[in-house]
Amino acid sequence: MSDFIQAKNLKFSYINEIEEPPVRTEVLKDINLEIHKGEFVAVLGHNGSGKSTLAKCFNAINIPESGTVTVNGLDTKDEDNLLEIRKTAGMVFQNPDNQIVATIVEEDVAFALENMGVEPNEIRKRVDEALKTVGMYEYREHAPHKLSGGQKQRVAIAGVIAMQPECILLDEPTAMLDPKGRAEVMKTIKQLNREHGVTIVLITHYMEEAAQADRIVVIDSGDIVMDNVPKKVFSQVSTLKNLGLDVPQVTQLAYGLKKAGYDISTEIITEDECVEALERILADA
Amino acid sequence: MIKDITIGQFFPGKSPVHRMDPRVKIVLTMVFIIMLFVADKIWGLLIGIAFTVFAYAISRIPGKMILKCLKPIVPIIIFTAVLNLFFIRTGKKLFEAGFILITDDGVNTAVFMVVRIICLIVGTSLLTYTTSPIDLTDAIERLLSPLKLIKVPVHELAMMMTIALRFIPTLIEETDKIMSAQKARGADMETGSIVKRARALVPVLIPLFVSSFRRAEELALAMECRCYHGGEGRTRMKQLKVSCVDFVAVAVTVVFFAGIIVINHLV
Repeated sequence: MSDFIQAKNLKFSYINEIEEPPVRTEVLKDINLEIHKGEFVAVLGHNGSGKSTLAKCFNAINIPESGTVTVNGLDTKDEDNLLEIRKTAGMVFQNPDNQIVATIVEEDVAFALENMGVEPNEIRKRVDEALKTVGMYEYREHAPHKLSGGQKQRVAIAGVIAMQPECILLDEPTAMLDPKGRAEVMKTIKQLNREHGVTIVLITHYMEEAAQADRIVVIDSGDIVMDNVPKKVFSQVSTLKNLGLDVPQVTQLAYGLKKAGYDISTEIITEDECVEALERILADA
Repeated sequence: MIKDITIGQFFPGKSPVHRMDPRVKIVLTMVFIIMLFVADKIWGLLIGIAFTVFAYAISRIPGKMILKCLKPIVPIIIFTAVLNLFFIRTGKKLFEAGFILITDDGVNTAVFMVVRIICLIVGTSLLTYTTSPIDLTDAIERLLSPLKLIKVPVHELAMMMTIALRFIPTLIEETDKIMSAQKARGADMETGSIVKRARALVPVLIPLFVSSFRRAEELALAMECRCYHGGEGRTRMKQLKVSCVDFVAVAVTVVFFAGIIVINHLV
């Protein structure tokens, strides 16, 4: 399997030029990461760990200070690749209000395609498809400000998938949503990954969301500290706690039971698994 | 509540006027303005009035909207009337007292000007009543596109318009939130002199400005992520098309215009 996104010795710093002398904050130090095609990767890390910065390196918003990032073989440093990279790796941001450009849902979904110079008939087709995929087709003529947070975020996602990208980077897409909106967005993301084979890079604060990924990358102060399947990552409860991160509730429960001397696996990340394990313990007792 | 405001004064509908190509509507509105100023006989002006009434009738815009659009310009109407009444001193004397002199020419011109201004406002309002702001922006962008040759940033201006329209409700909502937050902390915005109330708005405006800049930055980023690179090589999903309705509208306008010219010469 080829490496779809590849970061090699990636270093990135923000430079605050207002201060005298300019202050440099090193955000990413020597990141090496490969993301494969069709993968669903969750990126975890507490605030300021550099996870958003990393995602922005993947679609050439941030250009590495040293090292290289390639997307589908294209180097993000090369200006000529810019549009091609952004077409390949679309990005969804945290606040849906700040990424919707047009005053009508379908116009907004069409925005990226209009920028790419796609033929009008083709735009129409792709916009309808994208809206159907996220389940917002019946709202196509609504004004975005009248929709709920979850609906707005799905419109924003539709705006990205209309470009038919091979990869979508989501920067805390559920942070501003209520539980219902969160569930809607997660369902859409998973469906895109499973049914349409879109590579997903999901930056999140919610452990339950990360648990649904194929792979979790944990970042702390600009370094990758863990990179494994969810079960393995969450089984290291104390390490995660030291990094200022949580584990899913069920993992926490299993961890507690294990410590109390019960025979239970620490690789429990879903409710079903937890129920099964608890049933077994209760049956034994 | 505050969320429900309509942007502009668009009045959704499916009448022939609504269905017209916005570009044609803009051009015909301009023709209409010229028509009103070409008409210098009373019959010509009546045709202008008839045209306005006719356009409103087929657009099915409720009559009270006419009054609504006239309200803000009442002072201007009165001002023009008075000015014309007192300062035109030619023609037959009707009334004289001290330095005040009213002549029949003065009365004529005053009435003419008032009718003209009313028709002008009412007629042009029809454009904004029957065209959504987004269509309007779109049409303006396309009508002005020849100006691109002399380096006028037409696309950029239209994009700014669109974004402004898009963010009006968002910013209103935000203002509402900030005001509530300030009120919850004891800010008093409803009582006191105008100066005092204006001063009470400062703690609302500053956070609003700061957050607008933050929004602008994020929006710019989101637009870049969606391959925005200016107007070059851009296509549009919705193509504006000139249809039958537009040809009929043009024909009707031409007939009215011709009528006015004929009357100007005959009467």
